[in-house]
Amino acid sequence: MSSILEVKKVVKRYGDYVALNDVSLTVPKGSIYGLLGPNGAGKTSLIRIINQITLPDSGEIILDGERLQPKHVQYIGYLPEERGLYSTMKVGEQCLYLAQMKGLTKAEAKKQLDYWFDRLGIQGWWNKKIQELSKGMAQKIQFVVCVLHKPKLLIFDEPFSGFDPVNANVIKDEILALKEEGATIIFSTHRMESVEELCDHIALIHKSNKLIEGKLIDVKRQFKMNTYEVGILSDNVEGLMYDLTQKFTVGQASFKSLNDDLKLEIHLGDSTPNELLNTLTRRGQVTHFVEKVPSVHDIFIQTVSNS
Amino acid sequence: MSIISLIIKREFIAKVRNKSFIVMTFLSPLLFVGIAVFVGYLSSMKADTKHIAIHDETGLFVNEFISKNSKESEYKYIDLTLMDVKFLKDSIAKDSYEGLLYIPKVANVKELENKIQFISNNSPSIVFVEKTQNIIAHKLTETNLEMAHLDTLAIKNAESQVNINLTKATGEVSVKGLNEIKIAIGGLFGYLIMMFIIIYGNMVMRSVIEEKTNRIVEIIISSVKPFQLMMGKIIGTSLAGILQFLIWVIIGLVLMFAASMFFGVDMGPTTNIPPELMHNAQQEFAGTAQMYIKELWNLPIASILIGFVIYFIGGYFLYSSFYAAIGAAVDNQTDSQQFLLPIIMPLMLSVYVGFFTVINDPHGTIAVVFSMIPLTSPIVMLMRIPFGVPWWQIAISVSLLFASFFAVVLFASKIYRIGILMYGKKPTWKELYRWLKY
Repeated sequence: MSSILEVKKVVKRYGDYVALNDVSLTVPKGSIYGLLGPNGAGKTSLIRIINQITLPDSGEIILDGERLQPKHVQYIGYLPEERGLYSTMKVGEQCLYLAQMKGLTKAEAKKQLDYWFDRLGIQGWWNKKIQELSKGMAQKIQFVVCVLHKPKLLIFDEPFSGFDPVNANVIKDEILALKEEGATIIFSTHRMESVEELCDHIALIHKSNKLIEGKLIDVKRQFKMNTYEVGILSDNVEGLMYDLTQKFTVGQASFKSLNDDLKLEIHLGDSTPNELLNTLTRRGQVTHFVEKVPSVHDIFIQTVSNS
Repeated sequence: MSIISLIIKREFIAKVRNKSFIVMTFLSPLLFVGIAVFVGYLSSMKADTKHIAIHDETGLFVNEFISKNSKESEYKYIDLTLMDVKFLKDSIAKDSYEGLLYIPKVANVKELENKIQFISNNSPSIVFVEKTQNIIAHKLTETNLEMAHLDTLAIKNAESQVNINLTKATGEVSVKGLNEIKIAIGGLFGYLIMMFIIIYGNMVMRSVIEEKTNRIVEIIISSVKPFQLMMGKIIGTSLAGILQFLIWVIIGLVLMFAASMFFGVDMGPTTNIPPELMHNAQQEFAGTAQMYIKELWNLPIASILIGFVIYFIGGYFLYSSFYAAIGAAVDNQTDSQQFLLPIIMPLMLSVYVGFFTVINDPHGTIAVVFSMIPLTSPIVMLMRIPFGVPWWQIAISVSLLFASFFAVVLFASKIYRIGILMYGKKPTWKELYRWLKY
């Protein structure tokens, strides 16, 4: 898979403060790329550089094989975290204006707007002023503005904040549909569950440095804990525990189960899962046996607190 | 359509559609005329008649005062020489009279020069004191002349009254009041340009703050350069200002035409009217009004209007770059006060210089210097234009103005570029200086 965006050794300083320290990223074409990091990690600085709002002090950005240059603004759609539109301008005029800024002609912009307004069921809003709309409604308009010019690369900064669950779902479906149509999406968020759900690649930035990058599944493998959740019905709990503690590290686990079973979290160490299973089956009836996959949340917390 | 013209168009439409723009454009000329009429009415209103008691022990002056009494005069003099001075003083304290003019008996009239008293509860107006002193001095002089056995009548006849006829080198005859008209027009336009700079500069600042606080600026500058956005904003807003001014000019011209029709002035040059005729015309009020309107037409209206537009554009561009930078540096309007003060100062200074110096001596050194300095030239030069300014001075002043505009825009756009992406705390002067170097 070729990459749509390459960030190469980008450094950005504000006075003495280093916002990005030699950060390199590769965003594959057609992926949904999660850009993670705690507040103040440098995500917004990076996004601003990709959007050519600011320039890096050193390093370069390659967009679709070319060095980033002013004409590329029309290939990028950006939904900033802090949303805002002209509050006294009418919705339709505002969308036309912002679309024309991205290089669309007025006619094209009108056509696209009709399509999107129809699609999101907001046709009646054309002549309303933004100040008459609710926050969520304004966010929808902003989403439309962001995708209107059919950008190859979409950058969403916290796209779901401010939406109710129903509308968040609408937007999520639209994001997935855009991906199907071939767009690449960079997704900056603190909401780990949406990363889990949507992203196939992630990168984690912390204190101006990139700490992790890769396919989500590879990253998870890398953070594999070799730990299993086990549910077991046993008559001889003491014997079972004796056997287990000989070879493994054992802790309490909690998961939903229909049985009144003993719930354990077992770290394998150097052993294989089969050895654990053998030990377990000798002492009782196994009702639950699942490898514990690290969640993005766990990876995030672990990486940030270890660094 | 290029992006910058898109921005200009949006800013222009946003300003012009604004209700306050419409209200200001059409209401303020009415308000202005209304205030002018009101002030005129107030100053023409007569104050209550004030009674002044005169106790003249010399008997020399009382008739001079009594003879000045008429229905219209503000002061009415009453001869109370026969009454006791002490009693009169008491009645002043009881407010029976506005004041008492006490002229004591003296051996030699010469002593009167500093022995006359005026006793009152409230301190009298300067005009009244001067007038009274004049009357007494005049009479005293006459008395002195008589005592020196000089023929006062002959001296009186020998005194002459001079009336200088003002004529320009081009041969036009001017009315006496013309200088006042020039002062009024110059002052009006100077003041107008200050108001325009402040009002439209503030508009630019507000619009920058709006974009910054609702964060739309991030979307926009991901498509355009901050410099383009800033310039588009400044130009678009200035067009709204020029439109407003043009509307006022049209309203003003229509009013002048209407007034001309009403008083039956023909709009040709004044040269073909002989001075005698003009003098006669001045006798009646309608004639005077006619002269004034005629003089208005004879003012360099074109240079004033063109000057206004050029100096408005230059001055406004210069100042609104500051305003834009300030708007970018702060998060809300309250924070902007600290930075606005140094901007308002030169504007105030120019108005003061205009009203105190230009009016006294339109072509003096101070007036000329301040009409060259870019921060003050828009106002000061505009006040000078009605008096006729050599073209080379205007050329220098305009080039300086526009040159400094380009310099200021470079600095302002640096602050603007950094400022619009900075949220949170209000920056200090030191930080603004640092932004210049990023």
